[in-house]
Amino acid sequence: MSLAQVKDDLKPGLETQPIVNAFSITVGSVNGSGSQTSNLTILRALFKMGIPVSGKNLFPSNIQGLPTWYTIRVNKDGFLARCDESEIVIAMNPATLYKDLHDVQPGGAFFYADDIPLTNKRDDVSIYPMPVKAISRSSSAPTELRDYIANMVYVGVLARMINIDMEKIHLALHFHFKGKTAPIDLNFGVIQKAYDWANENLTKTDPYVVEPMNLTDECILADGNTAAALGSIFGGVQLAAWYPITPASGIAEALIEYMPMFRKDPQEPGKNTFAIVQAEDELAAIGMTIGAGWSGLRAMTSTSGPGLSLMAEYTGLAYFAEIPIVVWDVQRVGPSTGLPTRTAQGDLTFAHFISHGDTQIVILLPGSINECFEFGWKSFDIAERLQTPVFVLSDLDFGMNQWMADKFEYPDTPMERGKVLWEADLERLKGQWARYKDVDGDGVTYRTLPGNRHPNAAYFGRGTGHDENARYSEDNKVWHALLDRLKKKYEKAREFVPAPVIQKEPGAEIGIISFGSTDPAIQEARVELLKKGVKTDFMRVRAMPFCEDVREFIKAHRQNYVIEMNRDGQLHQLISLEYPTEVMKLKSIAYTDGLPLTARFVREAILAEEKI
Amino acid sequence: MADQKIASRTQVNLVGLGKADYRGNPSTLCQGCGHNSISSQIIAACYELDILPEQIVKFSGIGCSSKSPTYFLGRSFGFNGLHGRMPSLATGALFGDHTLRGLAVSGDGDTASIGMGQFKHVLRRNLRLVYIVENNGVYGLTKGQFSATAEVGLYLKGQGSNPYMPVDIAWEALVGNATFVARSFAGDPKQVKELIKAALSHRGIALLDIISPCVTFNNKDTAVHSYAWGKEHEVALHELSYVPPAEEIMVDYEEGEIQEVTMHDGSKVILKKLEHDYDPYNRAEAMRILEEANAKQWLLTGLIYIDPDKPSLLDIYNLTETPLNRLTENRLRPPRESIKQVNDLMF
Repeated sequence: MSLAQVKDDLKPGLETQPIVNAFSITVGSVNGSGSQTSNLTILRALFKMGIPVSGKNLFPSNIQGLPTWYTIRVNKDGFLARCDESEIVIAMNPATLYKDLHDVQPGGAFFYADDIPLTNKRDDVSIYPMPVKAISRSSSAPTELRDYIANMVYVGVLARMINIDMEKIHLALHFHFKGKTAPIDLNFGVIQKAYDWANENLTKTDPYVVEPMNLTDECILADGNTAAALGSIFGGVQLAAWYPITPASGIAEALIEYMPMFRKDPQEPGKNTFAIVQAEDELAAIGMTIGAGWSGLRAMTSTSGPGLSLMAEYTGLAYFAEIPIVVWDVQRVGPSTGLPTRTAQGDLTFAHFISHGDTQIVILLPGSINECFEFGWKSFDIAERLQTPVFVLSDLDFGMNQWMADKFEYPDTPMERGKVLWEADLERLKGQWARYKDVDGDGVTYRTLPGNRHPNAAYFGRGTGHDENARYSEDNKVWHALLDRLKKKYEKAREFVPAPVIQKEPGAEIGIISFGSTDPAIQEARVELLKKGVKTDFMRVRAMPFCEDVREFIKAHRQNYVIEMNRDGQLHQLISLEYPTEVMKLKSIAYTDGLPLTARFVREAILAEEKI
Repeated sequence: MADQKIASRTQVNLVGLGKADYRGNPSTLCQGCGHNSISSQIIAACYELDILPEQIVKFSGIGCSSKSPTYFLGRSFGFNGLHGRMPSLATGALFGDHTLRGLAVSGDGDTASIGMGQFKHVLRRNLRLVYIVENNGVYGLTKGQFSATAEVGLYLKGQGSNPYMPVDIAWEALVGNATFVARSFAGDPKQVKELIKAALSHRGIALLDIISPCVTFNNKDTAVHSYAWGKEHEVALHELSYVPPAEEIMVDYEEGEIQEVTMHDGSKVILKKLEHDYDPYNRAEAMRILEEANAKQWLLTGLIYIDPDKPSLLDIYNLTETPLNRLTENRLRPPRESIKQVNDLMF
């Protein structure tokens, strides 16, 4: 639909110009009512119209009954961070009706189910009632599906009122119901009815509309958990042990879905090259992962904060016995059970120093859906190369929300399996080898794997002090040398963990440092700051240990703001520890309330710090 | 290797190894510890079964018993893991190569206290693992505290009297759907050895609850985990002998005198009837006899329950014949063209 047509649709005499492809929609509904399907349908249809779009589910830890909100942001410039304001609000939950009405931006639109009595109205927003019950009752849906179907009414009404392409809505339903005609027809029927009703009965008095673009042609919509699972599949994961936990379960569930498609053996038809085990708890999940890593499998587990706490002891063993494993921590709000369905970046220091004694864990920090995929496979290469646990810290915002992303790319480097000796190698070495002897001087020693039939292959793995031959030892010099070698390995990791992503603005004196899912909010804030004349450079850290670029970036700026979603500024703490001489140039801007970061917060925080 | 030279000069088994090839480091446990006797029977059983040590992987947790895998099968891979967390480690590790047999040694603290959860769950997964609990009712390495299998009223120096009811490991195994449950006594080495052989032939998990007295902290004659008590109270369900696959049963038995258990690999366990008729395939009967033994203060030993054919954990995973840990990149990374398929699956 062209802009001219849109204008024609607007109420005669309305003075506002249409506002195209730059607004947010919030849907307030009851958890468990099926609104997620409706919201995803809107999101996907907008995406297929070529408009940059993001969707965030702000949901309670509950199966049914509590209020839940879904926000969709369309933005022609591609800024897709969460924003506090909503220009369009759809109210389906009587319990939150007035809160929802209150939240509409002045000049915005408010849609509500007309069976909810609305007595207090607002003059500064357009208010549209929707005959939700009447339309869902008139559909052919069986009684038990009526409540679900009711949510399709707002899809149809919204589609009409902001000009969403109905063909794209059909495409979205087709994808959601995997091509099954009956549910597609049923849902589309309701949407069409609602669309027709709106066409005949509503007069548009708000300015918000969408128009097709072509900015999503080369993109996909995916969530971070699925991306992590698919990346791991391309990384050759062989054993995935897990225990259900929000928001990490999606990783294992995606593995369950996609492994059989992509990981049947090419040489032994029908046979699996992998195993997925649901463990009895996180203690067992990581135990299985470590057992598998020890026996030479690419092994992973996925969890969130509470599970990570349980994994602390075993992680220490893997670090000390030098066993490669990959642990995905999809962060949620802690401490304790915290806010299980809300997002945060509060596990960084814990994950890094996890376990008693001196431990330092290599950590990867994906900052996009594409990096969730990339680090999915890369993490195994790093773990096996170093023979150490590698943690990948994602978060709920990545893990459970749909993000627009570039298409996934095939791994650009072959697998790095590390130093493994098989029978022929031992034959060549005349059986002379030692599990923990630093032959190459890089701190990384050679290992053999159970099943190696050479009579000299075996060694006895242990979490107790050991010498180069893996024999029990309490010798003080042996212990000291061992801990030093482990440190050497960690130092070595600096060379091949992902380097930070650095973006520069000529003349900038201010540096912004962050990691993970804060990226979109910071990108948007930088543009806004620039409009106010505040130039910033940006460094998104992607791994620990840090590489030299990090120090150089800090040094190059008068002031560096470390922005993160936690209370204590954990990245700020870790950088300060690493570069104590640069501390005066570092300032923490840390904030956590369970919601994804907004550009406004970043912008205002920096302006306040800079006293502008 | 020195060991092999000795072996060639002395007696060897069918895989050409002498008994020395099955030994480990010298034990650092106390003189007379029941665990040392069990280690010796593990060595003997593996030697007599002609198993290559490289085919076995040893696992243990933490405690005196868990130290013992160092003292046998020095040519086998092994892992001495965390306290109470051995089963998960073994589970993951055995996925690496489905041709390997797992042999785990744990203690009553490691299994029935801190490790109760993992113990119960490895049973229900039926991992192919010989799971030996060297059960002495006491914590040895931390010097003499009660374990969860200690009887009510047991008095230990520095600890007083045990106020809690004991855990019966064989009972827990049975209730936990274990497919092989046996109890034995370190003071009955012949039975221990035959049970280990049977356990090594079992398709799934084989739980051996072996009363293994702690001579230092819990060996008073009145203590139920002592040598004296065991000798006095042992009631064997049957006399047990193991016959490898394809080997004839050489002894003639009277009609009704024996029961034959055919293991999944074709080997047989011959159960010669003693005082009681006993059918180890009958789970309800197994529970009843454990109750009776408890009531009558018997140290009941023998093969308490067996289900020889239930698929093991690895059987249900439809894995490649090639051990998973020998698969190379061409079999682990999907081909380049599949990335398009992945992207098409996304919206």
